[in-house]
Amino acid sequence: MSQTKPMNALTLGSLILGLLALGVGAFLAFTAPPDANQGHVYRIIFLHVPSAWVGLVALFIAVAYSVLYLATSKPHYDRVATAVIEVALLFLSLTLLSGMLWGRPTWGVYWTWEPRLTTFAILLVVYIGYFVVRSAIEDPELRAKASAAISILGAVNVPITYMSVKWWRSIHQTQTFDPTTGRSNFDPAMLPALLVNILAFSILFVAFVRVRSLLAEREAVRQEMSPQAG
Amino acid sequence: MKPKHIIGIVVVVGALAYLIFGGLGQNLVYFYTPSECLQNQANCQNRQVRLGGLVKAGTVDYNKDTLDLRFVVTDGVTEFPVQAKGTPPALFGENRGVVIEGKFQGGTFVSTNLLVKHSEGYQAPKEGYTPEQIRKLIEEAE
Repeated sequence: MSQTKPMNALTLGSLILGLLALGVGAFLAFTAPPDANQGHVYRIIFLHVPSAWVGLVALFIAVAYSVLYLATSKPHYDRVATAVIEVALLFLSLTLLSGMLWGRPTWGVYWTWEPRLTTFAILLVVYIGYFVVRSAIEDPELRAKASAAISILGAVNVPITYMSVKWWRSIHQTQTFDPTTGRSNFDPAMLPALLVNILAFSILFVAFVRVRSLLAEREAVRQEMSPQAG
Repeated sequence: MKPKHIIGIVVVVGALAYLIFGGLGQNLVYFYTPSECLQNQANCQNRQVRLGGLVKAGTVDYNKDTLDLRFVVTDGVTEFPVQAKGTPPALFGENRGVVIEGKFQGGTFVSTNLLVKHSEGYQAPKEGYTPEQIRKLIEEAE
């Protein structure tokens, strides 16, 4: 097994492409027209929505890898699932932070215990717990199985969090793009900025996951070579 | 299992239990509407509650010197006078959604915290407005 497997073209390419797209996205976000009600502060949407979308979709991707691990017992799938959740947690933290910074000037508060924010906080704690459990279990097979279970069960909360603004009364506004009715309430002039940022975040997500999986693979190789050092 | 791992798991499970049973349990009904408060007095009287509705047009009375804010919150059927103190969030206005935290004192709802609910729609301002004009408008509103 090659111990120093280099970053391949896809990883490096997606990293560069993602950063370029992020630059274009930032330019579009600042040149999009202001919102009639919120003025310039609405531009946080170009950070808040892409990071939320990528982070939440990533949790479903993690479920796929967790199922693959349980079906095949290949350590590779466990490593990728963990990498996906780690990067997802990064994006979801960004969602939380940008949301709080947006909430203060619009709602009047950084935080309030309303359904969307509460379900989202539960979601974050579950996936922080994922890493706590991983660090607590030393047997690699048991660790992989336990984390796969958390990943699969934890994702149940994703649709609940997403639908919380429709199911319960909240201060958080409902979806601007409503997939259940196909209705959209977004100025077409603002749309390119949002779409390019979603694309940029998605490409960067792929790049980060590939880099993280590669690191995890190298760690595993090293641990195999010197089991005592772990 | 090392002690730090046990502590970590206890912290996570504790936080989850707190969020699910404390946070979510009480907040699935995040606010009551004025009609609900009228029908079910036990829910709203003599305790800290959240009241949600629209700011009735023509009822906003804000004193810039004393920072006293008075308006009427309505759900279209029932309405209550609201008394608040302090500068409201910039998006506060007539026919806009609000969630008010506070307590009933007699027939008046005395607010301790005023939150504004904004719509999910995003539209560029009408033809002719530049970002600078918007900024001026916002500054004037504050």
